[in-house]
Amino acid sequence: MRKTWQVAAAAFAAWTMAALADTEITFYYPVAVGGPITKIVDQMAADFEKENAGIRVKPVYTGTYQESIVKALTAHKSGQPPTTAILLSTDMFTLIDEDAIAPFDGVDTGAYYKAFMANSQTGGKTWGIPFQRSTIVLYWNKELFKEAGLDPNRAPANWGEMLQYAQKLTKHDASGNVTQWGVQIPSSGFPYWLFQGLTTPNGVELMNAAGTETYFDKPEVIEALQYWVDLGRKHKVHPTGVVEWGTTPKDFFERKVAMIWTTTGNLTNVKNNAKFDFGVAMLPEKKRRGSPTGGGNFYVFKKATPEQQAAARKFAQWMTTPERAAQWGIDTGYVAVRADAWQTPKMQDYVKGFPVAAVARDQLQYSVAELSTHDNQRVTKALNDGIQAALTGAKEPAQAMKDAQAEASRILRSYK
Amino acid sequence: MKRSTVHGWLLLLPAFVLLALFTHWPVVGTIWDSFHATPKGSRPAPWVGLENYRVMAADEVFWRSLWNNLWYALGTVPISIALAILMALWVNSAMRGRTWLRMAFFTPTILPMIAVANIWLFFYTPQYGLLEQFTRLFGIAGRNWLGSPDTALACVTIVAIWKEAGFFMIFYLAALQSIPPSLAEAAAIEGASRTYYFRRVVFPLLMPTTLFVMINAVINSVRLVDHIFVMTRGGPNNATSLLLFHVYQVGFNFWDTGYAAALTIVLLVVLAAIAIGQFVFLDKRVHYQ
Repeated sequence: MRKTWQVAAAAFAAWTMAALADTEITFYYPVAVGGPITKIVDQMAADFEKENAGIRVKPVYTGTYQESIVKALTAHKSGQPPTTAILLSTDMFTLIDEDAIAPFDGVDTGAYYKAFMANSQTGGKTWGIPFQRSTIVLYWNKELFKEAGLDPNRAPANWGEMLQYAQKLTKHDASGNVTQWGVQIPSSGFPYWLFQGLTTPNGVELMNAAGTETYFDKPEVIEALQYWVDLGRKHKVHPTGVVEWGTTPKDFFERKVAMIWTTTGNLTNVKNNAKFDFGVAMLPEKKRRGSPTGGGNFYVFKKATPEQQAAARKFAQWMTTPERAAQWGIDTGYVAVRADAWQTPKMQDYVKGFPVAAVARDQLQYSVAELSTHDNQRVTKALNDGIQAALTGAKEPAQAMKDAQAEASRILRSYK
Repeated sequence: MKRSTVHGWLLLLPAFVLLALFTHWPVVGTIWDSFHATPKGSRPAPWVGLENYRVMAADEVFWRSLWNNLWYALGTVPISIALAILMALWVNSAMRGRTWLRMAFFTPTILPMIAVANIWLFFYTPQYGLLEQFTRLFGIAGRNWLGSPDTALACVTIVAIWKEAGFFMIFYLAALQSIPPSLAEAAAIEGASRTYYFRRVVFPLLMPTTLFVMINAVINSVRLVDHIFVMTRGGPNNATSLLLFHVYQVGFNFWDTGYAAALTIVLLVVLAAIAIGQFVFLDKRVHYQ
């Protein structure tokens, strides 16, 4: 009996020694959809531990992006932040202002797409490593295109064409009610993001790189909003009022709308649920092509010990090596974050079998940073309110954008 | 000190400690915070006096949320109480299948609010949603119920009524069953009509329950905002932004904790005033058996 105890004590001592020598990093990650994705992340963390003795990764699934930043920042304020977390790339300024994160010093970011780094660097420093990133694309129903006498294999290339197509694709019943809309751009929750899919092609950026100024009242911005409002109110090819983001893919599956704008993150969803032939295209151009990027980055928290921070940086780089970035893109539909990931045999096979997966990648060369400023959520809300006011007819686009800009300038005045 | 006094205080102690720790202390802390700006990074929060309250007076979204909340309360409180009484009277009568009916009425209460919101989201969906399919029969179609500012607030109000009426029904059902049947018999012998019996006997006897339910309904009209997150996120253009939703947004989206504390205090004062009003004025009209 006594011997058993001695053995147990020795084992316990060895175990604690090993645990003490190990660096443990906590890793907060959000997933928009549960189930298989959490399994993939847990598996990746386990693989990392196998290859890197001495580092233990504790993945913590923290809900949506919004819930995750609430948890991470609350934990930071109480002195127990996670070591690393995946949070929205647009949260960068908020995290810097809260003095919560440490930069990725000495990490080579040359391999990642420039469009993704735009939301990850400021003031000459890298604050985030792109991980699950996305962009907006246009999905269209090829069958409805055929019915309307359009070439089913050609998406509208520019704003004028999108309107013409939408006019042909809008159908009414006997009493004049619309039974099928031409096009649908969702505007609930975060309309500013989809709005950037209109302002960017119109040749205007919504903010400066330092995140201290916004340009909501520029004529090009107002023009872009006018186009969106006119689709619904003037041309009647787009539902009026605010279009729900969450039900837009379902509207598409139900053939209630022929063309939708939504994230590339919905690709797998559409692939599994659309009972018809569909196409995926870059957003239509006006003066140029363009779309904002979106999605989440790796951040490393400042209050973690230097060893933990180093381990977390290693983890972030390990998670985004070409092979893993490719696998992650295939499994989830997010855009693989670096060009060499698309050269891997696995990815090339995947694209051969499912060519639309490459549309998002090809659009990246025209992509710009997602709207992100200091006091980001407040500034974004000012713009969201303005967009919704214009779409619901409460304000004229020019007035709505002027008000939004005034509000944003007021919020940002202390960051100049 | 007398031994019984010590005893008394000792018996009070657990409740007192819990209340002080989780209710009174946070309230005091929130009042204190509301006079400070928000701490940024490692910089401590400076004292700003009443500035947060001045900002509030100029905050359009706050005023909008306050008005929205007033309409939300005026919609949910009386309608859910009236519905609850109706349902309770119905399922209290001796009829076949009343267990099923009771369960059906109570089901919305058991469902989590987020699930409820997701169900209703598809009810309200334009074009193929349940509501749209129904109204199409009458030739009214093409409504964007949640997407237009004229209807969005009414839509989220209806969800709240649907959710809580069944819960209040349970209280009324219990109250109805505690009314002695002899009263109904006496009324019948005296030749009182059913409406007269309800108006002059049942309803007054239900008053203690009504007071209790009403206070709960008022609190719920401020507290029940979960479905806003799923259905509208306060939109379109703040048409469905309620006070608590605004507090959450300021506190946990904007991280302006100082201002959020000030908003919370206003919420607290409003609720306290209503509760005191209800107790002081309605208590006189309540007939306890």
